[in-house]
Amino acid sequence: MNTPLRRLATVVLVMFVALMASATWVQYFQAERLNNDSRNVRTLYREFGNARGPIVVAGDAIALSTPVEDSYGYQRSYTAGELYSTVTGFYSVVNGRTELERAANDDLTGRGDRLFFSRIRDLLTGSQPEGAAVETTLLPAAQQAALDGLAGQQGAVVAIEPSTGKILALVSTPGFDPNALASHDIAAAGAAYQQLASADGNPLRSNATQERYPPGSTFKLVTAAAALESGQYTPASTLPAPVQLTLPQTTATIGNFGGGGCGSDPITLADALRISCNTAFGQLGMDVGAEALRTQAERFGFNDPDLTIPMKVVESVFPDEMNAPITAQSAIGQRDVQATPIQMAMVSAAIANGGQLMTPYVVQTVRSADLHRVSETQPDLYSTAMSPGSAAALRDMMVGVVDSGSGTAAKIPGVQVAGKTGTAQTADGQAPHAWFTAFAPADAPRVAVAVIVEHGGNAGNEATGGRIAAPIAKAVIEAVLAS
Amino acid sequence: MATVQPHRVRAGRGVELGLLLLALVIGVAAYALVGIGTTDKVPPDVIGYGVGMAALAIGIHLVLRWRAPFADPVILPITVALNGIGLAMIYRIDFAYTARGREDTFAQRQLVWTAISVVLAAAVIVLLRDHRTLRRYTYTAMLAGLVLVMLPLVPGLGVLINGARIWVRVGGVGFQPAEFAKIAFAIFFAGYLVTHRDTLALAGPKVLGLQLPRPRDLGPILIVWGASVAVLVLERDLGTSLLFFGLFVAMLYLATERLSWVVIGLLLFIVGAGVAASAFSHVGARFDAWLHAFDPAVFDQSPGGSGQLVRGLFGMASGGLFGTGWGQGRPDLVPFAESDFIVASLGEELGLTGLLAILLCYAILAERGMRTAIGVRDGFGKLLAGGLAFIVALQTFVVVGGVTRIIPLTGLTTPFIAYGGSSLVANWVIVALLLRISDEARRPAPSMKPSLTPIVGTPVVGGSNEDDQPTEIMRGVR
Repeated sequence: MNTPLRRLATVVLVMFVALMASATWVQYFQAERLNNDSRNVRTLYREFGNARGPIVVAGDAIALSTPVEDSYGYQRSYTAGELYSTVTGFYSVVNGRTELERAANDDLTGRGDRLFFSRIRDLLTGSQPEGAAVETTLLPAAQQAALDGLAGQQGAVVAIEPSTGKILALVSTPGFDPNALASHDIAAAGAAYQQLASADGNPLRSNATQERYPPGSTFKLVTAAAALESGQYTPASTLPAPVQLTLPQTTATIGNFGGGGCGSDPITLADALRISCNTAFGQLGMDVGAEALRTQAERFGFNDPDLTIPMKVVESVFPDEMNAPITAQSAIGQRDVQATPIQMAMVSAAIANGGQLMTPYVVQTVRSADLHRVSETQPDLYSTAMSPGSAAALRDMMVGVVDSGSGTAAKIPGVQVAGKTGTAQTADGQAPHAWFTAFAPADAPRVAVAVIVEHGGNAGNEATGGRIAAPIAKAVIEAVLAS
Repeated sequence: MATVQPHRVRAGRGVELGLLLLALVIGVAAYALVGIGTTDKVPPDVIGYGVGMAALAIGIHLVLRWRAPFADPVILPITVALNGIGLAMIYRIDFAYTARGREDTFAQRQLVWTAISVVLAAAVIVLLRDHRTLRRYTYTAMLAGLVLVMLPLVPGLGVLINGARIWVRVGGVGFQPAEFAKIAFAIFFAGYLVTHRDTLALAGPKVLGLQLPRPRDLGPILIVWGASVAVLVLERDLGTSLLFFGLFVAMLYLATERLSWVVIGLLLFIVGAGVAASAFSHVGARFDAWLHAFDPAVFDQSPGGSGQLVRGLFGMASGGLFGTGWGQGRPDLVPFAESDFIVASLGEELGLTGLLAILLCYAILAERGMRTAIGVRDGFGKLLAGGLAFIVALQTFVVVGGVTRIIPLTGLTTPFIAYGGSSLVANWVIVALLLRISDEARRPAPSMKPSLTPIVGTPVVGGSNEDDQPTEIMRGVR
């Protein structure tokens, strides 16, 4: 009977090896996926039990965890209320986490790979692990100016330092107070979430990075850049500028704002941009061609699903399949072209930086609890969007827009501002979106900004980009230049 | 049996004492660490706890010196270590439940059960002088096993808990008779098979190269097989049914050396499981929860969903390689963290490292049991030891495999570790029987004179000279 006994003993051994393998599978290979499962409240409990690192703006902690006497151990609070909600998002017992609280979670909890050695030290010294501080690139004055400018209107503002890609302001309205969601009172936090989730304008969603709008005339910057880059156009090149541009193969037409002409026909490229002549740009788009437009748009960052700042930025779209009429409509930022506010700020930032587009980012430094610098973001070239010569030419054309064109509301005494207005038609019967994107000072840019006010904001059907959005951009630029 | 050769072994009581001290240190240190981890101070009663545990362990160690001096020296220390780890974890989970406002004293009750178990195990060793005595009770054991299995179905006695009718409640004390039935069945199989092994193996038609048994030899076996199916159908206890069935097939194979039994057994089981999965919603739900554990619909389904299973996996995953440490995790987030899912609790707080160490302990325990079976000379003892060792291994496999998703989750308790008096007592009795048989297996053959020449220069850990006199033993080898 010993032979079967030995075989049975081998079977028993195999059973235990299988158990060990499955335990290893669960606790090692699958551990990360299981820990990140949204149904896993344990991860949240454990995070709440540790001191989560603060989010810092200009030396002040604007999101921080303080010890409290309840089952979670630490309460997350947001000192500036609504001001930074677009950047920080929220960190909630019941509702999870969003935006930077989510994107920088590994650093904030101290669980990231970069903090490996800190963790080992905590393990050896027996001290409670603490999260790292995340220091942002935000400029409080610019952030405040943007929020004040949007006051009560739905929209977004993004300001970027062109030479580095640092995000100086990132605001989306309506915003929300993250403190209400971070409450440990489960019922209250849940109710606050329900109320915000169903509120008009979806406050929990960041329009600046998550919402795609038709860019309207601000997209003419891309069309103009494609024309200049083609080598066949200069700012002085003349374009036909009829009152109505009949599109080939259809009976559809493109008209100008207000239904009139563009002052002269033909018109120079510089003047067409200055007064935002739709018919001239529609024709220019068809002449340059869909392929060149798409290539130019993609150099500015369109059609890139992978951009993170480190929050994920939704992809701006320049469509694939196009015929001539669609190309003409796309060239003036209508039809299927869609852009996020941060995308339009990147367009301005690239032009401002001599054609070099820097990758935008919001996290400057990650510092461990003992103030040791764990990582520092280095400016990184995203793409070369234009040649320096074309960029300079386009900059001068944009200066014309603010000096004597559709964007005069953004004029700042003593500072040369380069900008472009946009008034994007949306669904029938709705007021248009008001856009403005600009940078300043034109000769040595310190800030590039994009503003959108949805459906004309307080001005409704009377709204234009120049009237509604440009003053907000002006205020943000002034705030940056004053600092 | 093959050739026989003399082989020197040590009685091993000294080794056992050394290992016992190690096991006690593990158990008591775990208890102290739970206190430090949950309340930041060593539990005030840690000395009393340590003395009590030591008294039990040393007590049964002395009983072995007295009545079974040649018993396997590893089995007892491993059992004490597992029991100690289990007690510490149950104590720790009490803290977690108390923190959530649910007053529980699982640990105190388990401590009482531990004392009862150890005393009973000692009693078995003292009273059962020779395991062959049990062979006389072959059919009594069968009857006892059947009665025990059917007991929960008796109106007024059986209680339905969490959808399974496996509990009996008498005068306020509940117990799971199936835990004891498995010992009864092991004795019955061993006694019956050792008598009928030749007719079972050789007489019968041959079909497709498989030697089939004669129908009349199958009678008692079919009765027991029927009982295990009844357990599945009437008591809704997938785990126990699987345990009986596995024991049954393994012991048939041991007795007859016929692979045909394994094939027939597996086929019967697969057919049975398939029919059960499609016919009974609760069995089908178990399969669903196993195969589609992460499916949101299955996860949220209650009862019968995979919520408990997946929460257990979450717990284990959060433990990672090294665990959170005693008292630092949140094992209470998994339902039944103190009993069915204590493995997940251990995985969370002791990490993969700790869990592998515990699994290794079980593996060594089972293999020492197998070793005993190989060493013992009589066929009944071989079958009984092999069967009992296999029960421990299979029960561990079914529980841990269920929690880690190798097989569908069934309701069985982890031997020695999980909360539950019946399981603890029954498994300690199994250990006592294995110790008794191993004493026989390792005892020098009476026909041969013991050699009194010590082996020079062989150090023995924790042993004294008197304990470790080399002796000769007959050992069957391949």
